[in-house]
Amino acid sequence: MSASDVQAIEVRGLSTRFGETVIHRDVDLDVEVGQMLGLVGGSGSGKTTLLRAIVGLLVPNKGSVKLFGESVFDADPTIRRNLRRRFGMLFQQGALFSALSVYDNIAFPLRELRVLDEDMISELVYLKLGMVELEPRHAQLMPAELSGGMIKRVALARALSLEPELLVLDEPTAGLDPDLADNFVKLIRMLQKELGFTVVMVTHDLETLAGLATRVAVLAEQRIIACGTPAEVLAVDHPFIRNFFCSEHAGAVMQKGIV
Amino acid sequence: MASAVIESSKREGRLHVTLSGDWTLARLPTPIATLEDRLQELTANDAVWDLSAISRIDSVGAILLWRAWGRRWPGSLEALASHRSALERAATIPMDRRSSQRKERFAWVYVLGGLILAAGKNMRDIVALIGQLLLDTGHLFAHPGEFPWREFSANLFKSGAQALPVTALVGFLIGVVLSFLSSLQLKTFGADIYIVNLLGISIIRELGPVIVAVLVAGRSGSAMTAQIGVMRVTQELDALATMGISRSLRLIFPKVLALSLAMPLLVVWCAAAGIIGGMVSANLEMGLSYGYFIDALPKVVPVANVWIGIGKGFFFGMLIALIACHFGLKVRPNTESLSAKTTTAVVTAITVVIIVDAIFALLTRNVGMPGGG
Ligand SMILES: Nc1ncnc2c1ncn2[C@@H]1O[C@H](COP(=O)(O)OP(=O)(O)O)[C@@H](O)[C@H]1O
Ligand SMILES: [Mg+2]
Repeated sequence: MSASDVQAIEVRGLSTRFGETVIHRDVDLDVEVGQMLGLVGGSGSGKTTLLRAIVGLLVPNKGSVKLFGESVFDADPTIRRNLRRRFGMLFQQGALFSALSVYDNIAFPLRELRVLDEDMISELVYLKLGMVELEPRHAQLMPAELSGGMIKRVALARALSLEPELLVLDEPTAGLDPDLADNFVKLIRMLQKELGFTVVMVTHDLETLAGLATRVAVLAEQRIIACGTPAEVLAVDHPFIRNFFCSEHAGAVMQKGIV
Repeated sequence: MASAVIESSKREGRLHVTLSGDWTLARLPTPIATLEDRLQELTANDAVWDLSAISRIDSVGAILLWRAWGRRWPGSLEALASHRSALERAATIPMDRRSSQRKERFAWVYVLGGLILAAGKNMRDIVALIGQLLLDTGHLFAHPGEFPWREFSANLFKSGAQALPVTALVGFLIGVVLSFLSSLQLKTFGADIYIVNLLGISIIRELGPVIVAVLVAGRSGSAMTAQIGVMRVTQELDALATMGISRSLRLIFPKVLALSLAMPLLVVWCAAAGIIGGMVSANLEMGLSYGYFIDALPKVVPVANVWIGIGKGFFFGMLIALIACHFGLKVRPNTESLSAKTTTAVVTAITVVIIVDAIFALLTRNVGMPGGG
């Protein structure tokens, strides 16, 4: 285990804006190692943007982001590179390399390490495929030949290929039918139990949230208006939270998840 | 955090191997091969394996051990339940994975055959495309209201109007260079005034159309292939189809028609720039007056040459657009295929233009030559 006093993610005073539009104002966020944080918020509230800032795809206008106590923008390139190998990201659209087969997509980050032989890489690829419940025969397919659910699975397998300590998921279940979404949630929960990684995920889907998140952060009005266990967040009195969680159906789902 | 450590000792006549530390991808000592050799060596001695001191193990560590054990569980193994599950997962990796690719002895025969078949298929598809466009034309005669005016004018602007500066510049410079080089030769024979015949025939009949074709293939042909190709990648072609909009009518027909119209005009424009360039150069180099040049040009260059140039422009434009659209439709939904097909489209278009130009030269060898026809 990593030293437990180090936070997996530590966001301090983060502000971002595009031109005149302010997306985040002084956002603070802490995620402890081993937690599964669900980030919710209205459409266009800047959830994806926050994730991009966390993984270092976007330089914030103000504030700092630290992963495992180190900055993604550290001056030392070796620190930056080693840090980037400690997390895996699942993009909203999958972002598979369209010119590479499923096999090569998953093998790509492993080959980049230049320490594993091709035999080992092949075993790892098929292991990851098995982990996301894909068949060996799917390995030679091209991304264009995959269904939506399969794309998400392959993208997850690729995100998992470097054995990340932090998994960043952007809408992992959006666009999947309820059955597939359910399987996906079970899959991530099982893997998390076995591998013990930290998860940060953006989701609109209450079932996913209830099924996975040990903590919930709510993004609204350009900041995090609530962050805590699902029960704590439900207790916060805010119009967005009332709307989002407290419709009849939502309440039922969340209650089921908390129990 | 320690990296992977192996300790072995002999107790009661049996080898005891104790593993500890982190058996994870990030912490395994490199090169991994030495570690693997050591593990294999220990396996050979039917050892007792104690993994309980390992702090973390991931799939790389698990596969490493599993491979070292010869894909069998060792006789006696002690491990925490969570580590055992990582090993169990490694044990489930299917063995017969890759269909090993056989090396063909006569690979070049296959490659050659493949190329010929591909060429034949491309040919057939282009003929089918032409047929489809003819059907579209017939359809438009019956339903003139469906003519894709917006797409047509947009293409005319993009591939015609926007190409004016570059074709003029290139034409002018070629004219200057050609005139300069020829005048050096002609002067030695005292045949200065033949510069008009030389420039007139070569630029109007031959160089103008070919230069414009090469420029347009690189400029508009590649853009057309890339556009249709990206529409395939982003499924826009499918979206069009579901809306019941014919892609040949809406995407390809306007492109082919626009380029067939724009190219002859560009040829005239480029040839004019070339003649002007040649005229300027002849004036500076040999003191040939502009008045004489302009006066002599229509007398020594039969007007048939202009028609040949324009006709070539029309055919080249149509071919370039057809080839570009054909390869655009052939793009498969990935980035590699997009770049490959764009390259193929441009190279094929230029090659075909040169071949067709040679055929033109053969067919029209008796037309438009001074004194000849
Ligand atoms: N690259 C960009 N340039 C300008 N505006 C952007 C950019 N990316 C996102 N935005 C804007 O930022 C806001 C938040 O976007 P995003 O984080 O994608 O929302 P969501 O919470 O739905 O994931 C939106 O209003 C979007 O229009
Ligand atoms: Mg988003």
